[in-house]
Amino acid sequence: MKTSFQRFIEKFVEGLLFLSGTITSFAVILIVLFLFKEGWGLFNETPVEKGSVIALNKSNPVQELTAQQIKNIFDRKITNWKEVGGNKDSIIVFSVNDISNYYSDAELGDSLQFVPQRISELMGKKTGIIAFFPTEYISKNFQGRILAMKKVTLTGFIKDKEWFPTAQPAAQLGILPLILGTLWVSLVAILIALPFGLATAVYIAEIADARVGKILKPVIELLAGIPSVVYGFFGLIVIVPLVQKTFNLPVGETGLSGSLVLAIMALPTIITISEDAIRNTPRAMKEASLALGATHWQTIYKVIVPYSISGISAATILGIGRAMGETMAVLMVTGNAAIIPHSILVPMRTIPATIAAELGESAHGGLHYKALFALGCVLFVMTLVINLTVDLISARRKYSK
Amino acid sequence: MKKAICLLAATGLMMAFTVGKVEIKVKGSDTVLPLSQKEAENYMKKNTDASITVVGGGSGIGIAALEDGSTDIAMSSRDLKVDEKMKLKDKKIKQVIVGIDALSIIVNPKNKVSQLTREQLEGIFTGAIVNWKEVGGDDDKIIVYSRESSSGTYDFMKEHVMGKKNYAATVLSLPATGAIVQSVGQTKGAIGYVGLAYLNKEVKDLAVSYDGKTFVKASIKAAKDKTYPIARPLYYFYAGDLEAKVKPYIDYVLSAEGQKTVEEVGYISVK
Repeated sequence: MKTSFQRFIEKFVEGLLFLSGTITSFAVILIVLFLFKEGWGLFNETPVEKGSVIALNKSNPVQELTAQQIKNIFDRKITNWKEVGGNKDSIIVFSVNDISNYYSDAELGDSLQFVPQRISELMGKKTGIIAFFPTEYISKNFQGRILAMKKVTLTGFIKDKEWFPTAQPAAQLGILPLILGTLWVSLVAILIALPFGLATAVYIAEIADARVGKILKPVIELLAGIPSVVYGFFGLIVIVPLVQKTFNLPVGETGLSGSLVLAIMALPTIITISEDAIRNTPRAMKEASLALGATHWQTIYKVIVPYSISGISAATILGIGRAMGETMAVLMVTGNAAIIPHSILVPMRTIPATIAAELGESAHGGLHYKALFALGCVLFVMTLVINLTVDLISARRKYSK
Repeated sequence: MKKAICLLAATGLMMAFTVGKVEIKVKGSDTVLPLSQKEAENYMKKNTDASITVVGGGSGIGIAALEDGSTDIAMSSRDLKVDEKMKLKDKKIKQVIVGIDALSIIVNPKNKVSQLTREQLEGIFTGAIVNWKEVGGDDDKIIVYSRESSSGTYDFMKEHVMGKKNYAATVLSLPATGAIVQSVGQTKGAIGYVGLAYLNKEVKDLAVSYDGKTFVKASIKAAKDKTYPIARPLYYFYAGDLEAKVKPYIDYVLSAEGQKTVEEVGYISVK
C-alpha cells in the first residue's frame, strides 16, 4: 500500500516537473514569437504614418521621395525641387495647421467644413507645394497628386544612419547608430570587467585567506543588489565628470561612461560564476601539478584556468548579456545621441535605452511602436549570436585539450 | 441564499455611496499632471463628496480621450490643432487657462554668452551652429541637451523655437529635466532647456529675443506680461454639456487658493 502511494507521489512530482518545464519553454517561445510578430509588422508600413498622406501639385514631375529627402524638405534643408530631380521651382511646405496662413476663418467655414476643399484648391494653385495632411481631408475632386510611398525595408532599417522615429511627416528609421552604440558600449564594458572579474575570482578562490574570502564575497554580491537606477545616478554624478576631466572632452556623457558603469554592474555576475568554476577544479589535478614542481601561479594559469574555462565563458556570456540588455543606467550616462560613433569617447545611444525611453510614448500598433519591437528583435539576434560564438569558442577549447 | 442576500446588500450599500459622489476624470499632458494631482488632492480634502481621478499620458492622448468621452477634462500644454478642432466640433469644447509654463534656456555658468535670438537658438538646436564663437562666446563646441522625444517640452521647443524643424542628430537626450540641469552644470559648452521651476545656481539662464532687439530673461513677471517669448499656457478643455459637473472643480483651480498651488508646483499663476 505504502509503496504504491509512494509510486503515485513520485509520478505526481515527475508530472509536475514536466509540466513546469513545458510551461516555461512554452512561455519563452511565445514571448519570442510575439516579439518577432510585432517587429515584423514594421515592414508592411510606409515611413508616413497611416491615415496621413503627402501630396504634390499635379504638374510636379517628382514620382518618388525617400524618407530622408522628405525630412530634409520639411526641415528646409532642401528648398528647390531641382535637388530631388524635379523642375527648377522653390518648394512650399504645407501642413494642415498652416491653412490659416492662406485662408481667413470665414473661408474655412464656421465649423471648419470647407478645410478639405481649401486644401485641394491650394494644391492646384501652387506648383511648388508639398503638403502633409490626414487622409480624411482629401476632397472629392482632389486637385493635387498623392505621393506613393515605398514600404520600410529590412536593409534600409539596418543600414540607414538616422533615427528620428517621431519625425513628421516621414519617420527616419535607421538603426545603424543604435546597433553600433550598443556594440561599442557593451564590448568595451566586458573588456574592462573581464580582467578585473577574473583576477578577483582567482584571488578569492585560490589565493585569499578563507576569512578574507568570506568577507569579500558577500561584499561583491552586494553590488548585484543595487538597483540600476542608482548606478545610473552614480554614473551621472561621479563617472561622467571623471571621464570628461581625464580625457579632456567637451562632454562627459560618452560611451566610455556607460561602459564603466556597466563594467561595475557586470562584475558580481562574472566573479561569482567564475569563482564557482575555479573552485570546481578537482583537488587531484591541482595537487598533481604542484607535485610535478609547478609553482602556485603556474598551477593557476596552466591548470586551474584552462580547466574552468567553460565556467568562465559562461560568466562572460552572462556578463555581456547583462551589459547589452541594461537600460536605465545606460540611459542616464551615455548621452543618447543617435549618431554613428567613431570612438568610445563620444555620446552614444543604445538599443535598450531607446526602447525604454520611447516605448511609453508610442501609439499602440503604430509605426513607431512596431519599429521599437523590430529593435527588440535586433537586440535579441545580437545577444543570440554573441552567446553562440562564445559557446563555440569554449567548446573548441575543450576538444583541443 | 444568505450569502446572496449579504452580497446584494453590500452592492446596494456601495451603490448608495457612489451615487452621492461626483466623479471627475482628468487626463492628458504630463506637464500639467503634477499640478492637477495637487489641485485634485486639495479639492477632495475640502469636498469629501467629490472624487477626481488624474491620469497623464500626454496632451494628444487627453484630447483624444475627450473625443471618445472617456475623460471629462483634458489637460493640455498646447492649444487644439486644426484637425483636433474638426473632430471635436460637435462637443462645444470650452477652454480654461489654469497656469503658464515658461521655459528657460540654460547654459553653464562659465559660458560668456548671456543672450541669444530665436534664430540663433534654432541654429543651435538644429545643428547649423556648432561652436560658441559663432554666437559671441569662446571657441568651444556646443553641446546640446534635450529631453527625450516623449516629452511635451521637446515638442514645444520644436514648434515655438525651432520653426518646426527637426533636432540635430547630435543632440544628447536625457530622460529627466533634473538630469539636464545636472549635466549642463558640469559641462562647459552645454546648453539646454528646462521649466522655470528647475533653475538653480549650478546653471545660468539666458535672455532670449524673438525680434532681435529686446532680450528678456525668463521670470514669473516676464511670463505674465508676455514679454518673455518662450512661455505657454496650460489648458483644461472640457465639453460644453458637462459644464455643470466640472465647473466647481475648475472654479476651485482658478480661485486664489488654487492659483497658490499653481505657484507651489512651479508654474505661473494666471491671476
